[in-house]
Amino acid sequence: MPGTPGKPGARDIAVVAFAQSPHRRRTDELSEVEMLMPVLHEVLGRTGLRTSDIGFTCSGSSDYLAGRAFSFTMALDGVGAWPPISESHVEMDGAWALYEAWVKLLTGEADTALVYAYGKSSPGELRDVLTRQLDPYYVAPLWPDSVSLAALQARALIDAGDADEPALAAVAARSRAAAEANPYAQLTGSVPAGDYLVQPLRAGDCPPIGDGAAAVILAAGDTARRLCERPAWICGMDHRIEAHSLGVRDLTDSPSARLAAERAGAFERPVDTAELHAPFTSQEIVLRKALRLGDDVDVNPSGGALAANPVMAAGLIRIGEAAARIHRGASSRALAHATSGPCLQQNLVAVLEGES
Amino acid sequence: MPEVLSAPLVVEFPFTRSLGPVQSAFLTGLRERTVLGVKTAGGGVLVPPVEYDPVTAEELRELVEVAPTGTVTTWAWNPSPRRYQPLRTPFAWVLVRLDGADTALLHALDAPGPDAVRTGLRVRVRWAAERTGAITDIACFEPYDSEDSGPAAPHDGRFADPVTGIVAPARLDYTYSPGRAPTDYINALAGRRTVGERCPSCRKVYVPPRGACPTCGIATAERVEVGPRGTVTTFCIVNIKARNLDIEVPYVYAHIALDGADLALHGRIGGIPYDQVRMGLRVEPVWTEGGRYPDHYRPTGEPDADYDAYKELI
Ligand SMILES: [Zn+2]
Repeated sequence: MPGTPGKPGARDIAVVAFAQSPHRRRTDELSEVEMLMPVLHEVLGRTGLRTSDIGFTCSGSSDYLAGRAFSFTMALDGVGAWPPISESHVEMDGAWALYEAWVKLLTGEADTALVYAYGKSSPGELRDVLTRQLDPYYVAPLWPDSVSLAALQARALIDAGDADEPALAAVAARSRAAAEANPYAQLTGSVPAGDYLVQPLRAGDCPPIGDGAAAVILAAGDTARRLCERPAWICGMDHRIEAHSLGVRDLTDSPSARLAAERAGAFERPVDTAELHAPFTSQEIVLRKALRLGDDVDVNPSGGALAANPVMAAGLIRIGEAAARIHRGASSRALAHATSGPCLQQNLVAVLEGES
Repeated sequence: MPEVLSAPLVVEFPFTRSLGPVQSAFLTGLRERTVLGVKTAGGGVLVPPVEYDPVTAEELRELVEVAPTGTVTTWAWNPSPRRYQPLRTPFAWVLVRLDGADTALLHALDAPGPDAVRTGLRVRVRWAAERTGAITDIACFEPYDSEDSGPAAPHDGRFADPVTGIVAPARLDYTYSPGRAPTDYINALAGRRTVGERCPSCRKVYVPPRGACPTCGIATAERVEVGPRGTVTTFCIVNIKARNLDIEVPYVYAHIALDGADLALHGRIGGIPYDQVRMGLRVEPVWTEGGRYPDHYRPTGEPDADYDAYKELI
């Protein structure tokens, strides 16, 4: 049993397997389903399950990355959707697909779930593509790109005295050094800070753009114990959103991340590991403060989104990396975070624990 | 591995959006060089204005006028403007709290360089020469040394000929690569051959191949040549002329199971009156000079196929 089980009467649900693709700048030779399939086979292989054994399948991806309507239906070929399966899709990062699957398992409608997410950023201009998620009346017509919006947040942080440019560079250096132990990472080792992309953010403060996929298997109760030696039990999970307009928010803080963490039970006892979905160095500093993570917490031992940021999969990978650390016995209680939208607009927090 | 095909793919959409009362007043105001905000129950002034309070979700309708001058609350220097951004020369993105407002508006600031920008900088609106009732009616902000001009003034939000909608054009440019399996298929078509791929597990042959068997969820790799002849499994009669399509209506669009394939593909049926097309009709592709795929399929003259021969493919 996890140390603090969920609400009374709720089922215990765990992440029992995780797999991801090598993340690369481009994968022209692979269609989305070809990029995804090895990951699906690997995650199923870890549990010995076949697609026909899975109770619920849920995925996250975006048509805007692919430039095609209903692009996720092509990827469905990779899960063997015949005979018919119980399936759902979110036009969001796979972390939110995992949330949907978790709820499905909580209701008792399924005992196992396959969650996957993928994104190929290489066909388009990601910075332009992401402007299409902004307020269409007041903001999107100005085409403010993702790096520019993150830079506004970084400047606010510097003005508030919460960071300076060397502190930002230190976040990048630590992440990319950690990524050297991650065979899937796109950008590892000593990466020069580089020129300003949008001041105060240098190239080194920004995530690599790339293609990648990830998959997770969830299972309930005894099924989880059967499929995994040391399941990563989900103690709590919550997601929150803030006001749409950037000019209404305090960009140096993330109240939605803090509230999600509180509702997920993150503050009940300390965590030893945190996988934060912070694509920009400045965002890690905002999140560390909002989530009250001390220096004793191992933050992004995988290298985080600064080492690989496959859009739509990077948040799911945070949950997968945190869970894998529990599977390996390297963590007993971990926080996983995913974000979506500009300047940490939406935030999801999951708390995972291994049995002692 | 042969080179994977790629081609430019442009996605363009002119979204037409209607405006609510507050957004309509705000954008019409910009056209008239007037900046409006909206007052919350707590007495705060939101600029840009919204129709519902972002904190309490209460409906907001009380409009006020704020100054075209304000203060930069945060900024970022953009050394290389992108295609559709407000200025062609390097500029600063800024959040500006206009005098009389409690929240900040995102826009561009025209300044000679990052050294000329700081948080707290006083700025004013530079209006676009031609204004239509859109956020881009503010061309940008420019530095402007002035005192804070004080609180917002009441405004009834009424203008002659109000803007009630906007057209938000967007264009995204991609380089589309279909991946290995469709590349093989398209390359084979150039040689007037149709290839599919066989699933190593269920042995079904998929045309066009997508690199995966949707039943087994595994990669398909064994290339199989199919056709050229096939059987109409089902069809419809099209009576509406599509734009940019030079085909007389009515015409027949059909699912065609090529010989050796376990999935029917789509094609137009020609060379036979539309009302004589039937399930089971045997057809073959017709290529036009220089065509990269069959223009249409026509009857081969063979006897019709037995229903049992294609019933699994409908
Ligand atoms: Zn098969």
